[in-house]
Amino acid sequence: MIASKLGYYSLLLGFAISSFLLFYSLNSFKKKKLSIGSNLVSVMSIQLFSVFLSFVSLIYCFLISDFSNETVYNNSHTTKPIFYKISGSWGNHEGSLLLWLLVLTLFIFLFVIFSKKQPIKYRFLTIFFQQLIITGFFLFLILTSNPFNLLLPVPKEGLGLNPILQDPALAIHPPILYLGYVGTSIIFSASLSSLVNKNVNSDWAKHVKKWTLLTWVFLTIGILLGSIWAYYELGWGGFWFWDPVENVSLIPWLCLTALLHTLTVLEKRNLLKSWTMILSIATFTFSMSGTFLVRSGILNSVHTFANDPERGIFILTFLFILVFLSVILFFSYQENDKNAQNQIHVFSRETSILVNNWFMMYFLSVVLIGTIYPIFIEVLINEKISIGPPFYNKLLIPFLIPFLIFMSIGPNFRWIKDNFKKINYLRIFLFIICLSLSYFIIKDTSLSILISTIFGGSAIYLFLTTVKDLFRKKLLIAQSISHFGFSLFILSILFNSIFSNEFSANMKIGEEFKYKNESIKFLNLKTFEKDNYKSLVANFEIVNSNSSVSMFPEVRIYNEPNILTSEADIITSVFADKFIVMNLIKGEEIFNVRYQTKPFMIWIWMSTILIALGGLVSLFKKKYE
Amino acid sequence: MNKQIKFILIFSSLLFIFIIFFFGLNKSNIYTPNKVTNIEIPNFESRELFSNQKINAYELIQNSDYSLINIWASWCLPCRDEHPILINLQDKKKLNLIGINYKDKKKNSIKFLNELGNPYDTIIIDKNGLISVSLGAYGVPETYLVNRNYKILKRYVGPLNQENVIELFEIINENL
Repeated sequence: MIASKLGYYSLLLGFAISSFLLFYSLNSFKKKKLSIGSNLVSVMSIQLFSVFLSFVSLIYCFLISDFSNETVYNNSHTTKPIFYKISGSWGNHEGSLLLWLLVLTLFIFLFVIFSKKQPIKYRFLTIFFQQLIITGFFLFLILTSNPFNLLLPVPKEGLGLNPILQDPALAIHPPILYLGYVGTSIIFSASLSSLVNKNVNSDWAKHVKKWTLLTWVFLTIGILLGSIWAYYELGWGGFWFWDPVENVSLIPWLCLTALLHTLTVLEKRNLLKSWTMILSIATFTFSMSGTFLVRSGILNSVHTFANDPERGIFILTFLFILVFLSVILFFSYQENDKNAQNQIHVFSRETSILVNNWFMMYFLSVVLIGTIYPIFIEVLINEKISIGPPFYNKLLIPFLIPFLIFMSIGPNFRWIKDNFKKINYLRIFLFIICLSLSYFIIKDTSLSILISTIFGGSAIYLFLTTVKDLFRKKLLIAQSISHFGFSLFILSILFNSIFSNEFSANMKIGEEFKYKNESIKFLNLKTFEKDNYKSLVANFEIVNSNSSVSMFPEVRIYNEPNILTSEADIITSVFADKFIVMNLIKGEEIFNVRYQTKPFMIWIWMSTILIALGGLVSLFKKKYE
Repeated sequence: MNKQIKFILIFSSLLFIFIIFFFGLNKSNIYTPNKVTNIEIPNFESRELFSNQKINAYELIQNSDYSLINIWASWCLPCRDEHPILINLQDKKKLNLIGINYKDKKKNSIKFLNELGNPYDTIIIDKNGLISVSLGAYGVPETYLVNRNYKILKRYVGPLNQENVIELFEIINENL
């Protein structure tokens, strides 16, 4: 009770401070103040602290299971393990927005501390734009989704958290993804501010690139964690389902990746200023739209939560105020760089980065259209449609092939102008070898030979090129790591989808089945009583010609809410995952058992980590390439 | 001049998107299911899974005192969990079991039923998930108890369990 009140009042305090900062920063900007005083920094630290306090109070309410708090009542239960009580505090609409706000204030605080070398006017205006966003979120939280609503009389027990959300990967997935989402806000504020101050130049690019990299790393890891969760917990044996909720995290990622590449051009050549601005504004818009689409429940998705039209209208209006504001600012302050076209040579790094941007924009459009098209159709002609994986596969894969080929050539162009005179026969020869290699791998599968062979060949070729770059380019090590990670990622996905196997049968204890060169034996079943669920653990033995392993899939019967979940047992090895999952059929005797072998799963995760690692290396590297 | 035209174009297309989203939100009661009890279930028509004949939901519901409409899919793991409970319900005479096969492939769903048994009296195909959306479903599995007058008496989000079944029969007996 006290914690809820404390949390609420510190939230109000934070709101008051941001309204003050909003006026103060604009005023200082107009009056051309010469320095950011330590007073301002301390006011901002108080703001950060008040949001932090509010967040901690919410966690505390969850920890002590204070059901007088409506959010706790709706999402927690006394028998839940402590770890999930804590993670439950951001596993719901209200708590996740509070977390969002915390990250927003944290970023602007860090920005003020780490931007001392930048022009004062630019810093003040960045604070202003960021506080505009923060104020909007404060209002949203306080008016429509207060996490500290009190309940009277106090209920004895909470409603519980969906057991499917009780997973370590999912507990840390939202905070990391939010760091990425929210990080785009600082890029947005910084871009608008530099646009107004007319200091979009190489120095600014160098400074804002750090923030972009940081955001990009978090976003990458956040998406990865969500994907890992889907693989281990949902138990469908896949890792990406083109669900709208997944798509809205991919869209800002694509945009941010394009921005990251464009910023290097701005940094090196002082070109593409307008395009950089557009990308920065777009990235933030897409992150915000992502929140809007997920939170308002406007999309037809299986895992949408929170559906209150009032909230949707608020976010939508707020989002478009920001978008309109940035469009107006863009058109009033945009500088014409007319001679830019002449400064870019056909065979140069700049061109190759532009081509990368075109591809990114194409992928982005496909995902974006696939995600929001159903809404448009429904509003305009009142017809409901639903778009699934075939749409994305058909539109993306053909364009992925030239992208892969280009990615193996582009990064080797020099800045300004490359002497692209003689044809490199060695490379063409290598490419043909890759094609034939890919043909031998693919010919025995049921895939369509032509497209798959070219796709596989390009992927292998890119892989070889990036491996070579990784060892040769010591200076561009960050870029080489990321590109190598990406090529590995594509290869792993390719092999994974070609060589996956599945076996499914109903089995009793003691039964044995033969499947290809393996046999699956159901040895025994044990029952355990846990705190908040009953657990049935089976023991299977998988025997093949030279080894045998034991696997222990589990069925959990949760108390509150009463839900059955299947915990797959997954044995990960370097080359393939063994994946076994079972379900109750009759009583506790007959089980439906599904056994899958999924090659290179671990490489999909590892390669994504490599992609992010490249970003991290670049972030901490002292000497710039 | 050129700049102004660009500005107007971008501004108006953004405005257009805003308007679409705004109306999309107001329509969202179709996409975001409301808590529905004691209201009429919308009528729908689709094909039967095995016979491929056209089926009208209202005609089906009229035929028996109570119908249990269950949304399922072969790819849905909780549906497998829930399946034995539905199998136990299949020989209860008062209850007409209607399955809605949500976003599924025919081959997979028939394989699923061959493996685990078929509790349903009728299975209606919901290839693109729109029937489930119009019913206001949160996801799969989901179950609705409906009476002869198309009124929804009870709704279960997520897999059914034994307690739900006991409750179901309490409701049916109460209303008799």
